[in-house]
Amino acid sequence: MIHFRKTFMELNVSVKEKKRFLSSAVQDKIVHYIFLLNGIFTVIILIGIFALLFSTAIPTFKEVDLFGFLAGLEWNPTSYVKEQYGIVPMLVSTFMVTLGALAIAIPIGIGAAAYLSDVASPKVREIVKPVVELLAGIPSVVIGFLGIVIVGPFLAKVFGLYNGLNALNGSILLAVMALPTIISISEDALSSVPQSYDQASLALGASKWQTVVRVKIPAALSGIIAACMLGMGRAIGETMTVLMATGCAPAMPESFLGPVRTLTSTIAIELGEVAYNTTHYYALFAVGLVLFIITFIVNFISDTILHRYEKVHR
Amino acid sequence: MVDSIVDIKTTTKADKVSTNQIKIQVKHFNFYYDTVQALKNIQMDIRMNTVVGIIGPSGCGKSTFLRCFNRMNDTINGIRYEGVIEIDGRNIFDKTLDVVDLRREVGMVFQKSNPFPKSIFENVAYGLKINGIKDQNFIAERVEYSLRGAALWDEVKDRLNKSAFALSGGQQQRLCIARALAVEPEVLLLDEPASALDPIATAKVEELIHELKKKYTILIVTHNMQQAARVSDYTAFFMMGELKEYDVTNKIFTNPKEKITEDYVTGRFG
Repeated sequence: MIHFRKTFMELNVSVKEKKRFLSSAVQDKIVHYIFLLNGIFTVIILIGIFALLFSTAIPTFKEVDLFGFLAGLEWNPTSYVKEQYGIVPMLVSTFMVTLGALAIAIPIGIGAAAYLSDVASPKVREIVKPVVELLAGIPSVVIGFLGIVIVGPFLAKVFGLYNGLNALNGSILLAVMALPTIISISEDALSSVPQSYDQASLALGASKWQTVVRVKIPAALSGIIAACMLGMGRAIGETMTVLMATGCAPAMPESFLGPVRTLTSTIAIELGEVAYNTTHYYALFAVGLVLFIITFIVNFISDTILHRYEKVHR
Repeated sequence: MVDSIVDIKTTTKADKVSTNQIKIQVKHFNFYYDTVQALKNIQMDIRMNTVVGIIGPSGCGKSTFLRCFNRMNDTINGIRYEGVIEIDGRNIFDKTLDVVDLRREVGMVFQKSNPFPKSIFENVAYGLKINGIKDQNFIAERVEYSLRGAALWDEVKDRLNKSAFALSGGQQQRLCIARALAVEPEVLLLDEPASALDPIATAKVEELIHELKKKYTILIVTHNMQQAARVSDYTAFFMMGELKEYDVTNKIFTNPKEKITEDYVTGRFG
């Protein structure tokens, strides 16, 4: 014991002899403050964005009443007769395109994730999973381009339309964009379900299909919901693709086969041409604020679902 | 290797020798993981409604052997087997046999309790539901019957809808036994079912095994020599993938034929 202490002290001395520029306590403090600064910086930027959005959006309501803004059925800020600032058509458009995208992406995404985690051989998984993840890296403008030259004409032909730039087109493209996220995260969730659950299920005489549907997917549900919510977040906020592929008529959408204009594409189209500090300019910020609140609510709901689920199953 | 098939009739001692009919026959059974031979020419007859304890040092192949009876090894890549295992005279490796049917007849309880992240009721009902049973009354009856069978009913009857994870380790393991019983298997495979339990919970599980023997044919792998001595009628001693000795439990523990068996059961190695 004494011997040990002695060697330790010798060691300590030799370390000290090296003459550090700063003592370790000071180093720790510096690192601590660097990280703290980073954290504060992120929070400040977030608050800054919200404050800017909020303060620029507020002047809208000097001229437009809040009810007319949130419940108005017409958006026509450049009318010579009477300017209209109703965002309902854009809200409906956004929800149509997003929900359509989820309706396509969720079943395909979970199916693909289950295939990768439970059916595919390790070799196939090693190749397919990175490829799926690469899909997330395709620029949205390229996807929008594909929407115009491939999906659009295809939809026009199938449904006998004049052109195929409509809500369905946007949904299909957004589904393609949300799929990598949904597949990748769902697959992670399914793969992290303990092997012992599979074994127990199989040993009871369950088929592979029953095991996946009745045991693995429920056990991985929190991860799968998170995956779908992340996919939804991407779909709601996506701008370029829907701008290119959905026809962008600022009127109340009539069906999935009609043109729509989402909140995001409205901002993208109009903000470049609007006169600075006009009501129209402010109103676009108000639209941005609405978008911000929607994504906030989506995240909040998914968070609550996750927590409730965890409480039941832990 | 000495011939290890027990000739029941020549066993002079009357202790616990069963005259039940033979339920399972293992004939010239070899098992390989890729190129490694894990089981070597196993021969074994198991009688109905008896408990067979399978003992041996770690890595001797006893768990692999147990997992052959419900073909759970099939989920592992690169395995191969030769020979025959017959249950009620039918080869379980027969091409025409559906492995799903086999697993309904041969229930299994694992070393580590592995309830599903579902309620207690749903855990037991799972095996019934996957078999397409929809009659809720029947399911409820069978759940109670199975939980009673696993000596767990009185402890959980007021909280059937609570998560199975709220149970203690011993209760979870008995829940897994109840879950296996619910599909009415004929053979039960227990893979060190008490190794993760405290002595009181272990005693309960052992008591349960005694009770279950009346209805099922039971194979139990155990590391615990006393446990093998307490619960099993017959004991099989495995070593390096070979069945070194298989006899009435009492004989294995008091008067084994093989020197190596004696060394193992007396704790000289292991």
